[in-house]
Amino acid sequence: MTAQDFAALSNTAIAFAGVVYVLAFLSHLVEMTFGRRVPTAADRRVHAGEGTAHEQSERPGSVATLPPTTTGAEVAAVRTETFARIGVALTVVAALLHALALVTRGLGAEPARVPWGNMYEFSVAGTFGVTALYLLLLRRYRLRWLGPVVTGFDVVVLMLAVLLLYEDAGPLVPALNSYWLVIHVVAAIIATGAFTVGGMASLLFLLKQRAVAREQQGRVRGTGYVARLPEPAVLDRVAYRMHAFGFPIWTFAALIAGPIWAEYAWGRYWGWDPKEVWAFITWVAYAAYLHARATAGWRGRSAAIIALVALATLLFNFIGINFFFGDSSQHSYAAELIVEHPPEDRAYSGFG
Amino acid sequence: MTPTTNTGTETGSAKPPGTGAGEGRDEVVLDSTPGASATTPPTPPAAPPGLRPVELSRWAWRQLTSMRTALVLLFLLALAAVPGSVVPQRDVDALAVGQWQDRHPALTPLYEALGLFSVYESVWFSAIYLLLMVSVVGCFVPRLRIYWRGMRARPPRAPRNLSRLPHSRSFEVDGPAPEALERSVQVLRSKRYRVDSADRLGDGGDVAGERGYLREAGNLLFHAALLLVLAGFAVGNLYGYKGGVIVVSGQGFSNSLSQYDDFAPGSMFDVEDLAPFNLDIDDFDVQFLREGPQAGMPVDFSADVRYRERPGAPERRHDLAVNHPLSLDGGNVFLVGHGYAPRVTVRDGEGHLAYRGPVIFLPQDSTFASFGVIKVPDAMPEPLGFEGLFLPTYGFSMETGPVSRFPDALDPVLSMLAYRGDLGLDTGAAQSVYELDKAKMEKFRAGDGGDFRVDIALGQTKQLPDGAGSITFDGLDRWVKLQVSDTPAKWLALGGVVLALVGLLGSLFIRPRRAWVRVTRRDGRTLVEVAGLDRTPGGDLAEEVDDIAGELGARRPEADERKMHP
Ligand code: HEM
Repeated sequence: MTAQDFAALSNTAIAFAGVVYVLAFLSHLVEMTFGRRVPTAADRRVHAGEGTAHEQSERPGSVATLPPTTTGAEVAAVRTETFARIGVALTVVAALLHALALVTRGLGAEPARVPWGNMYEFSVAGTFGVTALYLLLLRRYRLRWLGPVVTGFDVVVLMLAVLLLYEDAGPLVPALNSYWLVIHVVAAIIATGAFTVGGMASLLFLLKQRAVAREQQGRVRGTGYVARLPEPAVLDRVAYRMHAFGFPIWTFAALIAGPIWAEYAWGRYWGWDPKEVWAFITWVAYAAYLHARATAGWRGRSAAIIALVALATLLFNFIGINFFFGDSSQHSYAAELIVEHPPEDRAYSGFG
Repeated sequence: MTPTTNTGTETGSAKPPGTGAGEGRDEVVLDSTPGASATTPPTPPAAPPGLRPVELSRWAWRQLTSMRTALVLLFLLALAAVPGSVVPQRDVDALAVGQWQDRHPALTPLYEALGLFSVYESVWFSAIYLLLMVSVVGCFVPRLRIYWRGMRARPPRAPRNLSRLPHSRSFEVDGPAPEALERSVQVLRSKRYRVDSADRLGDGGDVAGERGYLREAGNLLFHAALLLVLAGFAVGNLYGYKGGVIVVSGQGFSNSLSQYDDFAPGSMFDVEDLAPFNLDIDDFDVQFLREGPQAGMPVDFSADVRYRERPGAPERRHDLAVNHPLSLDGGNVFLVGHGYAPRVTVRDGEGHLAYRGPVIFLPQDSTFASFGVIKVPDAMPEPLGFEGLFLPTYGFSMETGPVSRFPDALDPVLSMLAYRGDLGLDTGAAQSVYELDKAKMEKFRAGDGGDFRVDIALGQTKQLPDGAGSITFDGLDRWVKLQVSDTPAKWLALGGVVLALVGLLGSLFIRPRRAWVRVTRRDGRTLVEVAGLDRTPGGDLAEEVDDIAGELGARRPEADERKMHP
């Protein structure tokens, strides 16, 4: 296959991955509508411990052999289970296509290179990071409740990437041509993935906490997705884990690998360039999140809000800086010129 | 110090939901346990006490070093960093600052007063991070003391009622109680607990274990390392320098102040200390993509450099490229840009050679359409000036006028306007070589009254109107933009961040926890109770308790028999 073939294959794969993510999302939607009942204390146990429902459906023919006393709740639980599993299976398929798209994208450039050299590629790689993390931790942390959010996120971001950010495959500008690109960006992508998943968990934590509070006041009885989420404490713990996992990696990406590379490429390890400023802001914000969790009166709601603010700074750095500050940031993927036309070039005055 | 205590990492262990210790409860237990909680920060008193100076300063100090203040300062730091990414910064892009100020004359004095053009050196930004550092020290010292005490303390004794702890198991074993006790000590030791088996009650007794001491060490290391980073950063900024210079291919550069186009020394840097190296750019090579969707993108560029570390030192060669700097003692040389320097000859109205040589043109966009000026003060009878574009691959359309179609020099053309009159060089004011002061100059007119254009391809000559002279496009050189910089103490900063990262890993992933085993004889049988307590949120304690119980001879519990604490 030639490079062009690979590049074309990458585009096809990303399109199919998008379609399969949509199907996975729909499947999770159906799962949610089946669960659209007020769970009673009894069946809350059924799905809270997912395990129970899980084991049931693993028995062959479990649907057909349901005992005659099967309640509506149990039927719904089994159906819910089926669609949840379909959703996860589809997500796995989509993630494989997604991975294929990434690999072929790298092979589609001449010479072959890592597939994250511009914003389109960073979006594709970043969403893959989110999905891969979700799938890897799915069983360990029982993250299935994240399914609709992750697949929905993938659909939206991939669509935006293809529509707005697409660029044909090509070689890297010389400034990006360094193995630090691999190290720095891989770390940044992993951390971004972890922070994104953590942010989703924090958001769901806030929703769930509010729903629980309302339920306790007897005002509204929860239904649907939020009612089916795990307890707030579980959501908070998952959020913490993801953030705690992401933070050291971000520290490495933004404060070690980034400066080392900047020192090689530009002769200064830290120059308060907008991209660096925002990476620093993100770092400080997540440090504040970790502190908030250890500070009385701040853990829980306030900490979750800080986590979301921190995520906003992270995303702003990726989107905002490239678009709004395109030509004043040396890091801008959006500007075609990185080193060929550094800002200092315009800065001669005086002594010449 | 490595965070390899066998506690597993956050991501490395499966746990069912609802089995972690409730965090609120954790804290309560923590605070009531003697010698516990090096991680519990000092809480500030609710209100300031009376105004006695000593008490007031103690109160202020406690406020400053409280966790809440640290949190607020962290927020402020993040917030304070924002304007520096919005307002152009003098150290990053001085020209952009000038342009911004031209556009916003009303705001400029205010911004200037607030230090918004150099946020990261401003008083308020420095104040925030210095306060934060003071706060870190204030936090660090007492915690170090507490940690030191905690390190040497024995694991706390077992609470009276083990079954009330978040995770506990009780079961019976065969064999006498002392044997079970001995076994408990071994099991806990094998799981890296520090073990204390003090209380022996008749036949039975308690065993207490604690582990994960390195977590707090990691946390302390992290915060201390932040100070190192700041120190390294400060030294680098104070004693370092950064300068930029454009060197035409075939010419040389020696590292002294007069040679720089721009130079930004740290406030403690002494210009006498500039390392005395010199170099020559022998050749510069750049390759652009010729076809495909990304045509015009440079794929590779590098300069062939000959250099001497000091006068008289042996001459060496280096292939200077992006991501491949030349590292010298006392300064590193980076290739940060390139462009074109057309060679021109200007003859004046009297036929004399008035100017000959390369002229640096600055690229304006990715096509390398470049802007430049030629000043010819020696021309007779009147000085001459030219201003305009160099187009490496000439193109023309009615809408755009002359443009460059490709960044490589495939069809190079100079497209300029010509002026005559006073160049304004004698006023004494510094003048940029990249700008023509046209205040006292007059534009040459063509026969039809329009502008007289100098559009010349390589090798061509153009006569100016009225016999005022001629200009010839003789040849084409390239220039490179070099950045020379030295940042002392960068190893300190790097070492600091690396230490911080190591500490962070310990702080986040080591799980301090306690475990107790109680053995009692009852009705001729040996009863064993195992309980654990996580000292940080979200551990996999249930499994650990089950593990210990299993090794002591308990059956594996069915999942739903396990004591759940949602
Ligand atoms: C430059 C400013 C600071 C940064 C970037 C920073 C960062 C961090 C980070 C990332 C953690 C998380 C590690 C963990 O969860 O164990 C942490 C924990 C902690 N920090 Fe800071 N910190 C700063 C200043 C301070 C100050 C001024 C104090 C004192 C009030 C402080 C006290 C603590 C304490 C007590 C913990 C432990 C929390 C726990 O046990 O979970 N920090 N810090």
